[in-house]
Amino acid sequence: MNLAIRDVRHNLGRFGLTALGIGLLLMIVMGMGGIYQGIVEDATLLVDELDADLWLVQAETRGPFAEVSRLAPTLEDRALAVPGVVSARRFATHTIQREHGGRQMRLVVVGLAWPQDRGEWLPLASGRRLAQARFEFVADESLGLSVGEKLRLGRDVYTVTGVTRHMIGTGGDGLAFFTVRDAQTIQFELSPEAIRFERESRRARAQDLDLGLTQPALLERAGRPVETLPAIGPAMVSAVLVDLGPGADGDAVRATFEGWPDVSTYTSDEQRSLLLEGPVDRARRQIGLFRALLVLISALVMALILYTLTLDKLHDIAMLKLIGARDRVILGLVLQEAFLLGAIGYVIAYVVGMQVYPFFPRRVIITNEMLIWLAGAVAVLCLIGSILGIWKAMRVQPNEVLS
Amino acid sequence: MNAPSDHPAIETRGLTKIYGSGNTEVRALRDVTFTLNRGEVVALLGPSGSGKSTLLGIVGLINAPTRGEVMLDGTPVYRDARALVDVRRYRRERIGFVFQKSNLIPFLSARENVQVALEIAGASGRNARRRSMELLETLGLSDRAHHLPRALSGGQQQRVAIARALANRPSLMLADEPTAALDSERGRQVMGLFRDLGHQQGAGVLVVTHDHRALDVFDRVLEMEDGLLRDATVSDLTAGATNVGGSQPGEA
Ligand SMILES: Nc1ncnc2c1ncn2[C@@H]1O[C@H](COP(=O)(O)OP(=O)(O)OP(=O)(O)O)[C@@H](O)[C@H]1O
Ligand SMILES: [Mg+2]
Repeated sequence: MNLAIRDVRHNLGRFGLTALGIGLLLMIVMGMGGIYQGIVEDATLLVDELDADLWLVQAETRGPFAEVSRLAPTLEDRALAVPGVVSARRFATHTIQREHGGRQMRLVVVGLAWPQDRGEWLPLASGRRLAQARFEFVADESLGLSVGEKLRLGRDVYTVTGVTRHMIGTGGDGLAFFTVRDAQTIQFELSPEAIRFERESRRARAQDLDLGLTQPALLERAGRPVETLPAIGPAMVSAVLVDLGPGADGDAVRATFEGWPDVSTYTSDEQRSLLLEGPVDRARRQIGLFRALLVLISALVMALILYTLTLDKLHDIAMLKLIGARDRVILGLVLQEAFLLGAIGYVIAYVVGMQVYPFFPRRVIITNEMLIWLAGAVAVLCLIGSILGIWKAMRVQPNEVLS
Repeated sequence: MNAPSDHPAIETRGLTKIYGSGNTEVRALRDVTFTLNRGEVVALLGPSGSGKSTLLGIVGLINAPTRGEVMLDGTPVYRDARALVDVRRYRRERIGFVFQKSNLIPFLSARENVQVALEIAGASGRNARRRSMELLETLGLSDRAHHLPRALSGGQQQRVAIARALANRPSLMLADEPTAALDSERGRQVMGLFRDLGHQQGAGVLVVTHDHRALDVFDRVLEMEDGLLRDATVSDLTAGATNVGGSQPGEA
């Protein structure tokens, strides 16, 4: 006969409510872990998916995810010329915030090297990949855009060809994949009014120059789109991604790049850890702190509840001792209730969590390791939480039944 | 076994119990020496506060005496305040208790309250269930077996407690006013059960009672007054009861 289950059944309402409370606390603990995992995965998503052997970024910078990195796009051709390199892709990224459909929309513009990279690796939920060099993009579903929808950015209108799922940047904003050229245009191109102003000022600057006066064609060229202006130079890219051929000596290739004064070189793993130590680090520590506090609170709440559950039964425990119950019967009663509370709380946390996590503003990823970790943590919490109650139960004397 | 044997179930020597100290000191037992044989069914009378429950608590291995010796079945169990045996095991295996209050476990049904005593003493679940149902039937409670204590009347609760005390066929039964909450019919039946436990199963039975009408079931009557114990004869007391009626002395 299991005494713990019978006591729980007798106090079902109170026990159930307590389990629910513990469950919700655990759900948040679990969710915190999931948010952290989500932040890590979102942050490293691009680095992982782009899967380059080496990242060439602006010299002395930590790469486009950590800070502004600008490189001349010609670096692509220089990199290709290095022995052992089989491909070099331009890569551009920057975050913009524009108004669309009456609301502010933040999107991370990612430029893919057209035509080598058409986004074959993108996990599409619907639609298709990029099929033309310009004016198309693949957007993440978190941006709220649907296939076929048109978005005006600067002077041009871009059409959504596909929608991805869970492609989020380090800041939690949805990713939008364009060709590098479009990405550059979006970055450097402005609205028609701004362009007209810019053109006028360019023309004014050109007119002030001897060159402008002697070369009227230059004045005309000043009115063209930025990325075609020879005088201004080609728009910059954020990084060049290099892939090595089979059998290539990675260290040697890297040494070559490191000899170049205008670039810094990182492997994907290095980019990854730079991300985790950089933009993600503070969020991670914040979440870790919250999680630790919540675990502590859960422990206190559980200890308090288990203690009062035991106090309520003290007379019965004394009676059990009086009729000769061994200590392990008493210990079993207290501990089993603790573990039952923990187990029910855990299940509630899981079930409720799975229902509500999708509504969290950031992605929540619950891994198996995390579930196992939490189960272990709950078991430890139950044990620690019971200590006070067990201490009380062990001390009660059978003669207290008589008083 | 019909007559009390000479084999002592309880022997005490110079039993003294002092509660508290200084101004609040209470001498609940003073130098109590007595023997209760197996198969003997003995009543313990005495005014309120005279030390009856205290004596029961000590020979039932719930409380240690301040001074004196207790032997159960010939084995020394207390020497002064020191326990010489595993008292919990003795209680589990040899002693049945019934208290003034029923002290049932509130989250267990009537049957489970009996069963738990059996399981604590090592009975298997099935046997324990069967025996607890039999006991409840004997006490007229088979239709209340699955009720929680709070759904039972005071008398019914007390009968469950009696079933629990009988469950392990104890060699020593200690009962503190077991029939107070029962009507005279039931009271008589319960006393009969105790007598059978003594006379047929050879247990020592010590029952605190105020009910002078039921004294004829006892082999012997002990009387306590202010911590002192003396033998009284059954006929004296039954005669006294008819004369004095319900005016048994109150506070000592
Ligand atoms: N735990 C205790 N602490 C202090 N004094 C106690 C304690 N238990 C009993 N006493 C005192 O010891 C004396 C004997 O008490 P006891 O309970 O043995 O009397 P009793 O004969 O059973 O009385 P009643 O018929 O009312 O149940 C009383 O004066 C009582 O106040
Ligand atoms: Mg008493």
